Amino acid sequence: MHASIERLLVPIGAVVIALMVFAVFVSMAGYPPLEVFQLIYKGGFGSGFSWNNTLQRAAPLILTGLAVALPARAGLVIIGGEGALVLGGLAAAIFGNYVLQTPTLLSQILMLLAGAMVGAGWIALCGWMRHARGINETISSLLMAYIGIALLNHFVEGPLKDPASLNKPSTMPIPTASMLGLTPGFDVHIGLLIGVVVAVVAWLVLRFTTLGFALKVVGGNPRAAQLAGLRVGVWLIAACAAGGACAGLAGAIEVAAVHGSANASLISGYGYAGILIAFMARQNPLAVVPVAMLIGGIGAAGGMLQRRLDMPDATVMVLQGMAFIAILASETLMGSPWRKIAARLWGIEIPPEKGKS
Amino acid sequence: MNEAAQSLGWWGVPLAVLAGAIRVSTPFMLVSLGECITEKSGRINLGLEGILVLGAMAAYGTSLATGSPWIGLWAAAFAGACLGLLHAILCSLKRVNDIAIGIALMLFGTGLAFFLGKPYIQPKAPTLPSIPLGFWSDSPQIRAALEINPLFPAGILLAIFLHWAFKNTGWGMRLRIVGDSADAARALGYRILPVRFVATMLGGVLAGLGGAFLSLYYPGSWNESLSSGQGMIAIALVIFARWQPMRCVWAALLFGGAGALGPALQGAGVTSGYHLFNAAPYVLTLLILIVSCSPKRALQGAPGELSLTRS
Repeated sequence: MHASIERLLVPIGAVVIALMVFAVFVSMAGYPPLEVFQLIYKGGFGSGFSWNNTLQRAAPLILTGLAVALPARAGLVIIGGEGALVLGGLAAAIFGNYVLQTPTLLSQILMLLAGAMVGAGWIALCGWMRHARGINETISSLLMAYIGIALLNHFVEGPLKDPASLNKPSTMPIPTASMLGLTPGFDVHIGLLIGVVVAVVAWLVLRFTTLGFALKVVGGNPRAAQLAGLRVGVWLIAACAAGGACAGLAGAIEVAAVHGSANASLISGYGYAGILIAFMARQNPLAVVPVAMLIGGIGAAGGMLQRRLDMPDATVMVLQGMAFIAILASETLMGSPWRKIAARLWGIEIPPEKGKS
Repeated sequence: MNEAAQSLGWWGVPLAVLAGAIRVSTPFMLVSLGECITEKSGRINLGLEGILVLGAMAAYGTSLATGSPWIGLWAAAFAGACLGLLHAILCSLKRVNDIAIGIALMLFGTGLAFFLGKPYIQPKAPTLPSIPLGFWSDSPQIRAALEINPLFPAGILLAIFLHWAFKNTGWGMRLRIVGDSADAARALGYRILPVRFVATMLGGVLAGLGGAFLSLYYPGSWNESLSSGQGMIAIALVIFARWQPMRCVWAALLFGGAGALGPALQGAGVTSGYHLFNAAPYVLTLLILIVSCSPKRALQGAPGELSLTRS
């Protein structure tokens, strides 16, 4: 119980400190910090309209957060979700044009599946390179992201270009009938519901099944996992594939619910934002959902900061970077110091935390 | 290069690739030498990409304000040292992972650079002069190809110096021992943290200078799409170069050449597949990593304390 309170309080404290540092930074740059915070609140969470905007952004962010959090359970730091996202979107756009004959629901499902499969294969390659060739997956996944973005640009501006798309090269638009609908009860596309469902399922699987346990063993101690008869390589690749599938699904949803075709709008940084979200959620799939809403809200507020205060659009990035650093640094406060303080103050002995030191 | 490539026809392509190798390789070289120093001390800084972008912005802004690109270089070095120091401090806290901090620095450095650099997108700042090594030739193509930027020879000299210093100086020795085994270093009475602080700051300085090259020489302007992952590729290059400074130079030249392939072909009239040729450096990096890494043994020459290569 104490450990879980600590897991909640320490990151929140870190975010508060990051906000204070950000306030100092903003006022040094000549902007009124209080007004900035007010606008972030208003733009992200202040009205029904801004909530819609926030949730619209949170939908892909939940999935890209999972794309980092799931491989992290197997001890892998994958930061190339952006590549899987854009290729997933491209796959969905291609599929959406070739399955015209099928009923709408089936073609929608096929589009999303195509996106998820392509994303899964793309990131699974990083898992394979890690296992078979010992290549650091952080570096390989980022290189793969650059390659994926280049592939998207190539196809969108070359072989798959819709001749009618002049200003913004795009693939052929998918039929309007195949576009995804809204999440019941919200004015936000169904991607939000899909994201939440995937997060809950991932959490349940990791928490309550032997699958989740095996993944934890593989991530915590690969040697022990091997001794226990687990095929570590298969697990690593599967964890990567699961993460990649989430990112690819995010891209497919962006195409099938928002853009209507694959184009450069897919390269919007959702994949990279997923890294921050997963780390803030401490790689917990369930915690990814509220964190994605928080980050989505801050992102949604970026436009308002730009319009009202004429601030650079990178303002949000600075805040996110500060929060990211503070959260990582706060890791050092987990565990022993609190135990000692608690023991001193109340005479309680909390058993030491299990797992990695 | 486009004019040169056009008038020489297809012969322009290898010449442009050679010229590009020299021109484009400089940031790879500087950043990978910096990361080489950092990794030799047993830490990895994945945030070099962010440091590079911040360095580029700082150099451009300072050059614009003072009128001197050389002062711009100092500003880039200073910005790099600051972020390097931040990385070093955070990573010396208990339970803080150097890879994760690097990713956070990437985001923070880039965000900071975009925020502070917004006013510098339009104006034109004075850029670094080049050294005309092609003075002996009448051909304007060859002259253009041999316009060498001052940071290129500086990088090569630095590589030679590091190659010598790692082996032959007390400082190099201490750096290697700290990076190979913290326990051994402690037993010898060396203090580990100061060595890692200095090594990470030097890595930051060189990454900042690599960024300054981008904004002050080639392409020689500041905008938000200035870096295309040079910082990240440079980190992969260090693995490929097996933590040896001289090999970093060769690797950087190879990648400069690969990076110049796309624009060179475009100059020769090949326009389809432009994006694919631009992805050549990333594909090449991955292929080289696939060929040169092995899961069976630790990489030869890898510092023992490096979290990157530990399984």
